[in-house]
Amino acid sequence: MILGMFLVTYATKALLFILGERVRFPKLLAEGLSFVPVTVLTAIITPMIFTPSGAGLELSFRNPQLVASIAAVAASLALNRQLATIGVGLLVYFAWKIGMGG
Amino acid sequence: MNPAMNAATTTPAPAPAPTQTKASSLLAGARDTIPMLVGAAPFGLIFGTLASAGPLAPWQGQAMSLFVFAGSSQFIALGLAAGHAGLAVIWLTTLIVNLRHMLYAASLLPHLKHLPARWRWLLGFLLTDEAFAVMTGHYARRSPTIPAAPPSPPSPLSHWYFLGSGLSMYLNWQAWTLAGLAFGAVFPGLSDLGLDYAMAATFIAIVTPQCASRPHLGAALVAGSLALVFKDLPYKLGLLSAVAVGVAAGMLLMRVSARGQGVRP
Repeated sequence: MILGMFLVTYATKALLFILGERVRFPKLLAEGLSFVPVTVLTAIITPMIFTPSGAGLELSFRNPQLVASIAAVAASLALNRQLATIGVGLLVYFAWKIGMGG
Repeated sequence: MNPAMNAATTTPAPAPAPTQTKASSLLAGARDTIPMLVGAAPFGLIFGTLASAGPLAPWQGQAMSLFVFAGSSQFIALGLAAGHAGLAVIWLTTLIVNLRHMLYAASLLPHLKHLPARWRWLLGFLLTDEAFAVMTGHYARRSPTIPAAPPSPPSPLSHWYFLGSGLSMYLNWQAWTLAGLAFGAVFPGLSDLGLDYAMAATFIAIVTPQCASRPHLGAALVAGSLALVFKDLPYKLGLLSAVAVGVAAGMLLMRVSARGQGVRP
């Protein structure tokens, strides 16, 4: 079971890297790939932020993930410093979580 | 916001010095991955705990972390194995859940294809959501204005940076899996501390500056909203669909804005 999972996973991760120079992307595909980072990273975190308990949308100031994320986006726009953005996000998150009693 | 935080933010981030070495790049990669290490910790711990409680022997749980090294698929495999799913089902599910790595590889490939084969085999193994995010941030800092443009001459030490990021994630994942296997049942509250928010905060720090162009902002908004709509689809299919539509939206916006300015894309 684990060996098969390893082979399948390694194939998805490394196949293109291993092919290296032999892979040529058509222009349209290359253009599409330039949107992959912003779309994937955003799509991974929005459910964590907007539906933290896994049920419905929690569009409320009582949702620490949401409040902290708004603060982090604002910090990123204002400061454009990665570490500071993470710091602001985490600070607001934990302050809010504690402040909201949980 | 407290004053200490402000003071910290005025210190400029360490610029890539001309005196970079292999070791310093390795360390920089690991350092920039620290929030991800914190964020992954509860997942490793939960995985180890579940693995010790489920149908697998503890060594098999650790072996899965050692060889598969892909968190979501490891969790799903545990669930499937507990439900007595067949091997073919487990492998096929693993394939679908991990397909997103192929997108990451395709996206990073232009930066890596010049490397010797042994590097590409190794970095492929170490590729994760987190390493992809960190590498995206790394390359974006090197050519800040145009995330869409083909990379400028490959930086000579970026693969060491990648190695530092990937290796630190790998060791971190092993350690927390082991901790979960050994002590998970003893500290059940550890996974509820909210440490996983570190990952979201880091992704925000990486994505926000890249949304400076309207097509990229639009693509991110579409993908993010659809990820909410599709969030209950199994096996990361919601993520893959959200990304597909987001990418299409971005390409469309790129054409619309190019036409508006009378420029060909």
